[in-house]
This record gives sequence, structure tokens and C-alpha cells, in this order.
Amino acid sequence: MQDFDYAAPISTHEAVQLLADPGHKAVVLAGGTDILVLLRERRRRATLVVDVKKIAELNELAMTADGGLFLGAAVPCSRIYREAAITEKYAALVDATKIIGGWQIQSRATVGGNLCNASPAADSIPPLAIYDAVAEIAGPNGRRQMPVADFCSGVGKNVMARGDLLVAIILPPIEARSGAAFQRFIPRNEMDIAVASAASLVELDDQGIICKARIVLGAVATTAVRASHAEEALVGQPPSDELFAQAGALAERSARPIDDMRGTIEYRKHLCGVLTRRTLAIAVERAQSKTQ
Amino acid sequence: MAKKKLISAKINGEPREFACEPRQSLLEVLRDSLQLTGAKEGCNNGNCGACTVLLNGEPVVSCLVLALEAEGAEIETVEGIAAGGQLQPLQQCFLEGAALQCGVCTPGFLMTAKALLDRVPHPSEAEIRFQLAGNLCRCTGYDKIVRAVQAAAEGTNP
Repeated sequence: MQDFDYAAPISTHEAVQLLADPGHKAVVLAGGTDILVLLRERRRRATLVVDVKKIAELNELAMTADGGLFLGAAVPCSRIYREAAITEKYAALVDATKIIGGWQIQSRATVGGNLCNASPAADSIPPLAIYDAVAEIAGPNGRRQMPVADFCSGVGKNVMARGDLLVAIILPPIEARSGAAFQRFIPRNEMDIAVASAASLVELDDQGIICKARIVLGAVATTAVRASHAEEALVGQPPSDELFAQAGALAERSARPIDDMRGTIEYRKHLCGVLTRRTLAIAVERAQSKTQ
Repeated sequence: MAKKKLISAKINGEPREFACEPRQSLLEVLRDSLQLTGAKEGCNNGNCGACTVLLNGEPVVSCLVLALEAEGAEIETVEGIAAGGQLQPLQQCFLEGAALQCGVCTPGFLMTAKALLDRVPHPSEAEIRFQLAGNLCRCTGYDKIVRAVQAAAEGTNP
């Protein structure tokens, strides 16, 4: 592996200083499941690796006072899906964290890292987006928050500048009568990169009518893409298989995929329809199971 | 060249100290400095699971852990699971059930399977297959491995 120095700061402030120091070419190490591969294969260069796992707030995983979730950027996937309260409230995020790599990867890989790497096929980004999650970033000029949906700016690109560090992802509280689900399609059973993926969230009113819907597709554009027309078609309707099929057909039109070794444009669009339909059915089932 | 650092960790229950460069993986240090050659280098990029060890009880691929990250940690390798020269039931079932051919993947499978049985003493076949998905075997076709894990869990013959 290329030669580099290593630092493990214990405060966000110290980490930001190291990342901003023009004397280094610094990279962040959280779970290491992407960055160590990139460094070893020389697809990234670094003179300093900043391990952020010793910073307390980046390791925090807790419900917030208003019932939302504070997800520290260095929390590994396996800690997320073992929390019953998170499975109950943010099931789509748990669906994703359970299938990112295998167990060994989930012990280390973080949702924060998945977001920062900004792969179009990132499994955790569509679930974060349907929950209207917010990224908290610390930088040389202080802290700021921005919607996760605006965080990625292209393939492998995000909005962070030199010295910036993702501190946490904050998920707002969810309505009681809501449910969500995430699915991806891969040709193997496990351990693969999505050909296409979909996350859906629905909220039901007192009569069981859909009053809010969110659908976000993965691996079918340079960044995760919202299927707004499909969402609009669902609102005000009672859930049914026909309605989900209609939403699926509309979602296909929001996809802007490419042809590559994982799938063709036509195949990926078709998958968007299927995955939208299936995740909507599960999301509604989960919402109904909570309200009965 | 970045300076070597001195790291203290508990490895297979014993306190150990080693010096390593920041760029060295835990796998390199285990094999080359500590002579614990049970963990194997398969792909060296996190796909195959042959280098699986337990880091504070969690299975990890040691090729994607920097040795420096082991400071203060507890690490278990395949060398540590047979107590007092006696094979662990899991190892015995792999042996008797012929759950290996070339054997390169075996230490990794044993460590992930151990982590599974430590948490879920009686896993279903589906659970075993799902949790072992991060370990690849190019010889056995997996069935004998799954049966060996089941046998170890249930105390039956593989």
C-alpha cells in the first residue's frame, strides 16, 4: 500500500484542522471498506489518513428529543440494524444496512461513508432521502446542515469542500401511520452492487388513504433520483395493487439509467417499476401493521 | 516513509505488542509480524472473507483494517479457537463433514460461523447462508459448510 501517516483525533475540531491543513493530502477513514481499497489500488492518493472513529459524536446513535434519529457518521451498519427502535421507525434504512456487503463489511462500513462516497448505486442513500434526512457537516468556517438529497453532486462527488467532515445524519421524526421499505435488484443472492434500487415511504390518514408518498430510485442516474410523478399519483388514493402498478410505471419514467455491465437502460427502467411496486406494497403493509 | 508505531492489543486472549507502519493492514501484521498465518490473503479487497478475524467480537475482513486500528482491541483468529489442543466443535464438524477441499477459505468461514453461533446458538439454514455470504468458497459448493455449521449448532453428526 502507498505510504501515509495516520492520525486518530478525538474531537471534530481537531479532525477538521487536520483535514484543512494544506501540508497534507488527507482522507477520512471511518469503516475503511471503500477508502482502504481505493488507497491500495492507488485510485486515491493520501499523505495522511484521519481515523474519525475516536470522535464521540461521530459514534453516537440515539433517538433525538423530538423522536427523530441522530446517526453519527462513523456508526457501522451492524449497530444500526441491531437497534429494535430503529427497525421499528426507520425500516427502510434497516433494510439497506442489512444488505450492504456481507456481515464483515457491515461490522465496519458506515452509512456516513456510503453517503460521502456518493456511488449512484449506494444502498443507504434512497432510504435516507425518503426520510428527508439531513447531513450535518463541520468545516473550517463552522457547522452547516443540508438535505441528504442535495449532498451528492455526481458520480463519486459530493458538496463537501477541503476541511469538511460529515459529523452525522439526522433523520426527522416520522408519522405514526407511516411505513417504508427498500429493495434492490442484484443477479446474485447477496454481496453485489445494485442494478437498480428503490425506497418507498407512505403515510396513511385516518381512513387509510395515502396522504404522503416518497419514492427514491438508486443506480438509475448519476445520483439518487426522486420519482415525483409516481408520488403524486399515490396521494389521495386508497392503497391497491393496481395503484402500485400505476406508480411503478410512472417511476420508470423518472429513471435516467445508463447501459453498463450490470444492466441495460431498458432493464433498469423495468426494474424501477417492479421495485417501486414491491416496496410500496411492503411500505403500506408496515404502515397498516402499526395502525391496527 | 511514515514512522512505525507501537501497538498493544489482546490477541487470542494474550496481550501482545507489535510495531507497524500506518499503511500495513491487520492481515499483514498478523501473518508477517505475529506469525499467525491462519487468516489468508485471498482478494485483499474485502470480497472473499478468507482473512476474517473477530475484532472486539465482530467479524471483519482484516485486509480492510489498518493494524493501527487494533490499538487496545481484542482480536480472535482461527489459531485461538481450539482450546488446549482440542478442536472446537465447529472445527470438528468441518473436518468430519468434509466441509473443505483446498482449505484456503476455511479459517474465514470458521471465524464468521463462530461469531454467528456466539450470537445465535441455533440458526436456521437461511440465517447461516445469509450470514456466511461474505465468505467465498470455490471448492465445496457451500452445502457441506452449511451442514457442518448446523451440526456444530445442534451437536449432531455432520
